[in-house]
Amino acid sequence: MGERIGIEVSLAIAEAAKMANVDVIAAYPITPQTHIVEHLAELVASGEMDAEYILAESEHSAMSACLGSSAVGARTFTATAGQGLELMHEVLYVASAMRLPVVMAVANRALSSPLNVWGDQSDLMAVRDTGWIQIICENGQEAFDHTLCAFRIAEDQRVLLPVMIHTDGFYLTHVVEPIEFPKQDEVDRFLPPYQYPLPLDPDKPVTMGAFAPPILYSEAKKAQEVNIRASKKIILDHWAEFGKAFGRHYHPIEQYRTEGSKTLLMTLGSFGETAMTAVDKMRNEGKDVGLLKLRLWRPFPFEELRQAVGNAEVLIVVDRALSFGGPGGPAYSEVRSALYSKKKRPRIVGFIGGLGGRDITVAEFEGMVKRGVEMVKAGSEQEFEMFGVRE
Amino acid sequence: MTVNKIGLLEIRWHGRGGQGAVTSAELLAQAAIDEGKYAQAFPAFGPERRGAPVVAFDRIDSQSPIRVRAEIREPDVVIVLDPTLLHVVRVTAGLKNNGILVINSRKNFEEIEKDFGSNWKLALVDATKIAYEILGLPIVNTTMLGALLKVVGVVKIESLFKPINERFGHIAEKNINAVKKAFEETVVKE
Repeated sequence: MGERIGIEVSLAIAEAAKMANVDVIAAYPITPQTHIVEHLAELVASGEMDAEYILAESEHSAMSACLGSSAVGARTFTATAGQGLELMHEVLYVASAMRLPVVMAVANRALSSPLNVWGDQSDLMAVRDTGWIQIICENGQEAFDHTLCAFRIAEDQRVLLPVMIHTDGFYLTHVVEPIEFPKQDEVDRFLPPYQYPLPLDPDKPVTMGAFAPPILYSEAKKAQEVNIRASKKIILDHWAEFGKAFGRHYHPIEQYRTEGSKTLLMTLGSFGETAMTAVDKMRNEGKDVGLLKLRLWRPFPFEELRQAVGNAEVLIVVDRALSFGGPGGPAYSEVRSALYSKKKRPRIVGFIGGLGGRDITVAEFEGMVKRGVEMVKAGSEQEFEMFGVRE
Repeated sequence: MTVNKIGLLEIRWHGRGGQGAVTSAELLAQAAIDEGKYAQAFPAFGPERRGAPVVAFDRIDSQSPIRVRAEIREPDVVIVLDPTLLHVVRVTAGLKNNGILVINSRKNFEEIEKDFGSNWKLALVDATKIAYEILGLPIVNTTMLGALLKVVGVVKIESLFKPINERFGHIAEKNINAVKKAFEETVVKE
């Protein structure tokens, strides 16, 4: 095994990209992602990393450059956050539709206005439908591990899709914590070299992502949909291989103390750890509360969710994003939709909290569970509630 | 004089932007992690400005992984790098009763207690003087690590040397000397 190091999570993500032998990084710095690309720039400048570093003039250009480098068969990495991810938006669809296995770390951040650089998942939810595989991390170790896994998943010739690794801005990116680093030869064994099946090559010209009139466009989109759905099984296979190689096992829905739970809490990302502490406290007080943590956001793990929910009576989903005028937080409304066809399904309560860098404490998670159960008992028809907001 | 606290220890650092409070918090966490402990270090999140009051945090636990991701509201220890902050920021906010207050100041116990009460275990050091003597600059972040360890044996003083060496390169030795000197000179009121 490798070494356990105290390191800032952003730097660990950059080190993962280095250990993955990335060929090209095209990026534009933005808080709270900056430390990732800054560290990569240092590694390239000092010669510790043999890669091309393209400092683009915007995120739109950064992602455009990533398309080109991935298409010629170069292993390509970038990182962004919040407004930067929004500026990339239109190019994100091109990456997935052209089947280019770009890997991107996203330091999840709130969206303007008012200007707010803090942790939030509004950026994550805004790119939900871009056709990328999306994986959400809970701590620094996961951010490191999933960056490595992302290349293996993305570049698998049965997948060939771009992957976003979501890591909560500040809550994870700016924290120094212990992370197990594997040895380089272990990473090399896990991650074979990138071989794009039909790279751009002047000697063998190909056309990519050209033009589709109405008679073709639907078929192209259907192919994309079939492809990303089918990727789930392959993602699980690669996570299983990762588990065998490194001893850390990952699942689309992580379960914590869910056995026999009548009440389940569900979180996405770094709040999972605080929620675990709240669950421990409630369990010690004899309350049958468990926790589900949604790791695989796209492709959505329908079967795994239904199984994990089991016979729970109340499911409380905590979102860090809003769908203005919509049916509650994005994760809440998707979970509710995924469980609608289940014959015996729990009552589902949605809370929105932790916006723009506001903490949710252990006590507040306990408060949410209490309030959620009360709402269900009172037969509340309310779709969702914004938690802890001053009015 | 050291307190070997088992379980979770929560520390809040007060400094001004550019004084290295965040760096100190990180060095301490790295030392603890190198000892096989669990630790987090993080700044108060958001943009920072040079000279403005800033805070940074450490959570250190010798036994269990740390599973809280939120700012520390009720610290066990507060460390103040800059004496001019004492009347700008309420540095004792949320500090637990019988918690530890480590201050860079030329004042004595009586003078500090007059302003801050005696609910805390107080440790004082003239870190600015030490920093001027050893580093030639009034940058006291590493010096205050020495002061902290005098009152809380949360890591071994030697465990700081590797992270300091990695962080500071050719000026690491001076910083290590500042840590040692502060460890000697810090006075603790029980």
